[in-house]
Amino acid sequence: MSEEKRLPLGKQLLFQAICLLVAFSVIMPLLWVVSLSLDPRDLSRPPDFRLIPPGASLDAYKRVLDQPTANPVTFRELAFNSLKLAGGVSAFSVFIGVLAAYSFSRFDFKGRRALMLGIITVLMLPGIATIAPLFVMLNRIQFDLGDAVFNLRNSLWGVGVAMTAGALPFAIWNLKGYLDTIPRELEEAARIDGASPNQLFFRIILPLSTPALAVTAFLGFLGGWTEYPLSWLFLTNPKDFTLAMSLWNMTGQFSGDTPWSAFSAMALMVAFPVAVVYLLLQKYIVSGLTIGSVK
Amino acid sequence: MATISGQFPTSPSGQVLGIQTWWQRTTRQRAAYLYLLPAYLIMGLITFYPLFFQVWMSTTDYGIKNLKFDSPPPNSVRLGNYQDIVNGDLAKKVQNFSFVRLLSFNLIWTFTNVPFHVVIGVLIAVLLNIKGLWFKRAYRAIYILPIIIPTLVVATVWKNMYDQNSGAINLALASVGKLFGIAEEVFRIRWFEQIDAPIPWLFPGLQLPLAYYAMLFANIWLGWPYMTIVATGALQSISRDLYEAASIDGASPTQQFLRITVPLIRPAMIPAAIYGMITTFNLFNFIFLMSGGGPLRKTEIMVTTAYDLVRGQRLYGMAAAFSVIIFFVLLALTLMTNRITRATERYDV
Repeated sequence: MSEEKRLPLGKQLLFQAICLLVAFSVIMPLLWVVSLSLDPRDLSRPPDFRLIPPGASLDAYKRVLDQPTANPVTFRELAFNSLKLAGGVSAFSVFIGVLAAYSFSRFDFKGRRALMLGIITVLMLPGIATIAPLFVMLNRIQFDLGDAVFNLRNSLWGVGVAMTAGALPFAIWNLKGYLDTIPRELEEAARIDGASPNQLFFRIILPLSTPALAVTAFLGFLGGWTEYPLSWLFLTNPKDFTLAMSLWNMTGQFSGDTPWSAFSAMALMVAFPVAVVYLLLQKYIVSGLTIGSVK
Repeated sequence: MATISGQFPTSPSGQVLGIQTWWQRTTRQRAAYLYLLPAYLIMGLITFYPLFFQVWMSTTDYGIKNLKFDSPPPNSVRLGNYQDIVNGDLAKKVQNFSFVRLLSFNLIWTFTNVPFHVVIGVLIAVLLNIKGLWFKRAYRAIYILPIIIPTLVVATVWKNMYDQNSGAINLALASVGKLFGIAEEVFRIRWFEQIDAPIPWLFPGLQLPLAYYAMLFANIWLGWPYMTIVATGALQSISRDLYEAASIDGASPTQQFLRITVPLIRPAMIPAAIYGMITTFNLFNFIFLMSGGGPLRKTEIMVTTAYDLVRGQRLYGMAAAFSVIIFFVLLALTLMTNRITRATERYDV
């Protein structure tokens, strides 16, 4: 610090100006939404460009919590649906995925390459490219429950199944990438002492991979939390709708009358919880993404 | 007999031990399959089977009439769907559809976005890596924001900002314009509806509409911070001695950047660029939420078209064929980039 040559003041100021400009460009869209969400004038659209609205208030948040869209659903019901969907898919795929990841990472067996190739092939396909078969297949599964008909396609379960189809291969691959980085010395020592594969998994691998499990679970959760194309295709009953669907609904072609402050409040409330967790896990996520996707 | 048994590790109990050792030898093999079993049972049912089903569907005219569980099976059209897509006959059912234009737009969208992300990302990483720069940590914390906000929210907010009458972009342009005495009406720009190409000579075959530039700008905002993070990691592992030695030998900062920085961060940047490329090629969220593929399907990409064929057009068989085509396009793209990567990897210091 002390002996380093110091940056001349002129250069320092120039670089600061550039950095500030970049920072401003990054923050601008966020400031815009925050300021819209605080606008108390209940305007459907802002008349001019200003970042701090006169007499800011949290009214828009209150209105969104009551009833975000034209459908008679509260924010809480929407959030609960999103939680069920995202939490269920993520927990299930991590739980099943870590078993398979352990197998791929630590065993050599016949057919290993072929099975891994199957996963890579699926990962290469974007989720949207498999919705046609899932839609028609799930639509055929239907039960008559007397007064109501349960159609798997038209339920959160169906959306969950369709999402798991993509989330599980991703979880396996991502976790395999992490497990590959855990040094093998510990296991070898335990193996010499006569530990079985199960003991190795539960006593050594699982405890050591907790951060990886957390990150993979979070990425799965994030996928479910922000998923809307499948839900829009599958679900027709407003009681099943999710937060992400509703947010799109507020900007979509039907939303000419959505107050912008309500939309902004909603956008911030959808983004905030996952953004905070992302920030906390960021260090692991960025390295994990490159391991999971490219290796 | 004696010679044969002599070749095997034997014991007084003979045969019984032979079976046991086989059982023990395969303990790890059996464990491997056991651990895979749940995942592959589930994926077999909901991931792999639908993919094969999709290939079959793609050879039929699967439509709304076949949706109910007691409805008749669809008719076979053999490769008719593929022909309709590739030679453009699909345009009779889906207005303004053109496969060649769609594929070219998708590729141009990808290859014009990612270079911006990489170049801007690396330059900002280098800037933040300068010794003695003030407030580095604050800047790093701010620059991460586009990554941590869900793309769904980013796209809807940008769409809102591009609104013709009250979007932040037009309002901001108008307030700047006012300083120069330009009428406010000039800045009622219809970012996503205007059909004329603002720069007609750029990719003249495609006539890229204004919506393309609007989304390019928003996606640059979204894309560079990831590259900055990757580049920062790589930059921090370069020894300062290299730069000192270079500057003693009289190398200018530009020379140092080109001869030391660029080659040393390349191994980290190439996988990141490929990852960014695949993400951008399939950036459903942006196109679908912002332009919706319009105007006149000019900004449609492959995945948004596939979605529209299912949700909007309800041509399930056609959508299946389209998805199979997407698979092969992505496969070609991946193999191509892998080759290029391997070719550029050989430069060991």
